[in-house]
Amino acid sequence: MAGSSSPSPPLATPGALLGPAVVFTRLYGTESMNRAVSGRRRVTRPSQFRGVIGFGVFLFLWEILPVAGFLPARYFPPFHEVVWALFLDFASPVFWHSVAYTAQAWFAGLVIAFVAAAAVGLVLGSVPVLWRYTESTIEFLRPIPSVALIPLAVLMFGIDIKSALLLIVYAAFWQILIQILYGVKDVDPVALDTARVYGLGRWSRIRHVSWPTALPYAITGFRLGASVALVLAVTAELVIGNPGIGHQVALAQSAMALPEMYSLVIAAGIMGVLVNVLARAIERKVLAWHPSVRADRQEAP
Amino acid sequence: MKTFWPRLLATTLVPVALFVLWYVASSDSGNFFFPPLAKILAAFDKVWINAGGFGDIAISLWRLAIGFLASLIFSLVVGVVLGLSKSARDYTEPVFEFFRAIPPTVMIPVLLVVSGIGDASKIAVISFGCLWPMLLNTIEGVRSIDPVLKDTCRVYRIHGLRRLFSLTLPAAAPQIVTGMRTGLSIAIILMVISEMFASRNGMGFMIIQFQRTFSIPEMWSGILLLGLIGVLLSLLMRVVELWVLGWYERSRVR
Repeated sequence: MAGSSSPSPPLATPGALLGPAVVFTRLYGTESMNRAVSGRRRVTRPSQFRGVIGFGVFLFLWEILPVAGFLPARYFPPFHEVVWALFLDFASPVFWHSVAYTAQAWFAGLVIAFVAAAAVGLVLGSVPVLWRYTESTIEFLRPIPSVALIPLAVLMFGIDIKSALLLIVYAAFWQILIQILYGVKDVDPVALDTARVYGLGRWSRIRHVSWPTALPYAITGFRLGASVALVLAVTAELVIGNPGIGHQVALAQSAMALPEMYSLVIAAGIMGVLVNVLARAIERKVLAWHPSVRADRQEAP
Repeated sequence: MKTFWPRLLATTLVPVALFVLWYVASSDSGNFFFPPLAKILAAFDKVWINAGGFGDIAISLWRLAIGFLASLIFSLVVGVVLGLSKSARDYTEPVFEFFRAIPPTVMIPVLLVVSGIGDASKIAVISFGCLWPMLLNTIEGVRSIDPVLKDTCRVYRIHGLRRLFSLTLPAAAPQIVTGMRTGLSIAIILMVISEMFASRNGMGFMIIQFQRTFSIPEMWSGILLLGLIGVLLSLLMRVVELWVLGWYERSRVR
């Protein structure tokens, strides 16, 4: 890219210290490369304990500040009211229907985006000519915010899962595609040449060389796409009015039912956490053969 | 220079072809929802450049800038502190991770209640949404500084501000920039959605207004505008990246 043409940045000047920094990034690869494969941290006992304490302090402050009058209780209902509202949510079928709607749109959108991105990414990544001619178009389409499509989605589909799917697929597609393209371009040329020498055809080369190399990247893309898809699913419900948890939040807000509103926000947060946990679990399962996951498991007690 | 023309052809051919295709294919479009591109471009000129629409663009971008920069400053200060102290990190990280997992758009109704329909709630929504990726990436970047570099710093007795500016921030910069990129795209989404949800001005408000009144060419011009702004902001981000990380990217060129 255009990296070499920029003027010397001021950050590079302070002394010889950056010399080693350069050497180390060269030796160990780049931060983002390492993270693309293994982004997780092992949690040890004391830090888990501290995390629980931290959470406890947060909840305690949430309870005590509105009650003591430091925060206006009108806008910030104390924690126990919100928890109570959350329990009521859990007991109501409307809540579970909303969760099901949101989850359905999320899942369908993510699957469509992943399949489309994997197909396009593998083809573009393995045929250099196609990549050369489409790179600029992709770089142009990618940063277009998917929410720009909201009015179009409303006009074309109205309050229907299709309008949510349009937004979700558009947003998640680019996240996944870019990762897969990086992955396919990361293929070791020697491995590719070896495969060619052994007489593997184009399809077998994609299947046995490109795909395994790109898979860790694809899974990273899947993980990123999964959380983006949830954000867009909720957004579509909030703005377009598709049934789902986002729509429930909007309803609670217009009824000024604040404990309910906060409880639904927490429920949305729990969904977000579950999506992350699920994506990590899939990553572990699919990449069980990959050195990063294997090393991780060996070190674990 | 020999590779210039083929390269230019490769980067421009498909976009230009698509644009021409759109222009030609839609030129006598009778479909109400897909008006001719010529009409959309005329509406673009009319709404966003000559009429008051320019003010709405400015208002939206101003909110975006304030919200984004506030979060950036906050996450640099807090992120460096938390990145340097393991125990502070242990106490706070689960809470932060939970906040990050909340889809940021559901905070729009919440902050609307707390801070009203004006600029304050939009700025609050934008900064809440882009805070978490930037904060957590800053923490992670500071946390994972190479121990040998840290030891080198200690041996050379480099402390305080000098350590901050010659080791901590540069070493965490790649990760910080990654967070900024994610944060920026979330911030753009929130800028648009917060204006679509409840507002009296701004690009999102204008576009949803056009959609509700079935002013289709104007609505399309708004979609084009948002796309254009997304692309321009990502180019701006790229410039910032080259400026902050030029040394790092050059070090990776083999």
